[in-house]
Amino acid sequence: MSKQVLLIEDEPNIIEAISFILSRDGWSVKTHSNGADAVEIVKERKPDVVILDVMLPGKSGYDILRELREDPENSALPVLMLTARGQTKDREIAERAGCDAFMTKPFSNADVLETVRALAAK
Amino acid sequence: MAGMKQSELAKRADISPSYLNLIEHNRRRIGGKLLVDIAHALGVEPGSLTEGAETALLTTLREAASGADMPEAEFARVEEFAGRFPGWAGLLADTQRKVEALQGSVEALTDRLTHDPHLAASLHEMLSTVTAIRSAASILVEPGDIEPEWQRRFNRNIYEDSARLADTSRSLAQYLEEADSDASETNAPQDELDAVFQRYGFHLPALETREADVDAVTETLGQDLSQAARWLLRRVLVRYRSDARKMPLGACADVVAVSGHDPFAFAERFDYDLTSAMRRLAHLPEDILPDAVGLAICDGSGVTTFRKPLPEFPLPRLGAGCALWPLYRALARPMMVHVDVMEQSARAAARHRGIAISQPIGPVRPHEDVLFESHMLIVPEPKRDTAEPIRQVGLTCRICPHASCTARREPSIMVTS
Repeated sequence: MSKQVLLIEDEPNIIEAISFILSRDGWSVKTHSNGADAVEIVKERKPDVVILDVMLPGKSGYDILRELREDPENSALPVLMLTARGQTKDREIAERAGCDAFMTKPFSNADVLETVRALAAK
Repeated sequence: MAGMKQSELAKRADISPSYLNLIEHNRRRIGGKLLVDIAHALGVEPGSLTEGAETALLTTLREAASGADMPEAEFARVEEFAGRFPGWAGLLADTQRKVEALQGSVEALTDRLTHDPHLAASLHEMLSTVTAIRSAASILVEPGDIEPEWQRRFNRNIYEDSARLADTSRSLAQYLEEADSDASETNAPQDELDAVFQRYGFHLPALETREADVDAVTETLGQDLSQAARWLLRRVLVRYRSDARKMPLGACADVVAVSGHDPFAFAERFDYDLTSAMRRLAHLPEDILPDAVGLAICDGSGVTTFRKPLPEFPLPRLGAGCALWPLYRALARPMMVHVDVMEQSARAAARHRGIAISQPIGPVRPHEDVLFESHMLIVPEPKRDTAEPIRQVGLTCRICPHASCTARREPSIMVTS
């Protein structure tokens, strides 16, 4: 069975592009676009890797990540954070919240693919 | 072409006929020596076999590919891609150039990101759109791997996103332009206000009449001002009109004839507070008060909200003046009049009398703190022997020569050590 990536992002065309490159690489890709119930969706789907955008409707990616880390089942779940703000302090916030990798928009497809592979191999 | 067989041309150019076939059908690009060889064999100019635009196109495509960390095998097929899908290649190159230009402007604007919510939202939108375009374009730049349906889909996405990007960047440019013109040439609204009084003088006959209309005068005087400067102007004019009503010009002339520019005499004669008297003196016309007086008003934070400088007592355009001025000391002891004879060290020691008081602004309510505002009237003082102490003050620290001054807040460019 192929490994599953859950992409939590609210920009439809980014979802389509990332889904395409990951699917082509053999991943099973599930997507979700709302921050408010993102934590529930993660618990339900039990993905191998989560790609999490910071700016989501309903709840910020940082808060979602903090909640996930408080849950023993998801404290070690590999999470790649995406943000449109590449300032040092954003990276710091993301790292303190417990992300495994951090990427700023606009990113390259190859980087996303490589990072997801690396996170899944951990 | 030129009536020569393909096999003959291939032989003369020292390449295989199948490779020449690929070139002729735009499956391979040529350049450099091979191009010159073929042109020579055909007896034509090398430039006639290719166009400069193609080189630019390939360069742009390579840039797009290198930004996308393309595998080497794919990267080598860029010429084939440009040859077989010239339309798509052109579109991708255009998008790449747009992305580059936008990335440039996004980088230049990141500094403002944290300060301006509208800007932050616009930039976030632009970055998201650029990301979507970049991802889709990277997928498209790898030829052969994508089914036509997906290709159409990503091309449509790029098209939609670039339209969105165009809208966002247009509205952002408009927003920035408005923000710029708001600041006009002078940058600070306070500077614009100063320019109005420089142009029209501090005495405004339009506000001295019984029917004077503050809004109409604001409209006339402030027509070229930014919104912020007009707001400041109106605030000053409202006070002017209120002062002018309580102290009409004719009565002012009578007081000046007896007591000169003495604000205490004004306050006593009109049974009014000292700060109003100071403002009235600062706005009197030359024919009533020949020796002009200066005035500085600052709020509780020390920021100057009104300034009427004198030729030999300039007031700083930006930021606060010298902390030794009674204007600021008055803030520490409100309701008490501070009078100082001052010499501004940087100004050939012209002498002025500063009369300052800080008073509450707004209504006074039980158990509530009040906010204070300080006024300082600046009156030229003749230089003569006096028993009064003379206070050496500065204008701003940067141009003040007093090396050891407890009020210094930044180094002076006039003190070398």
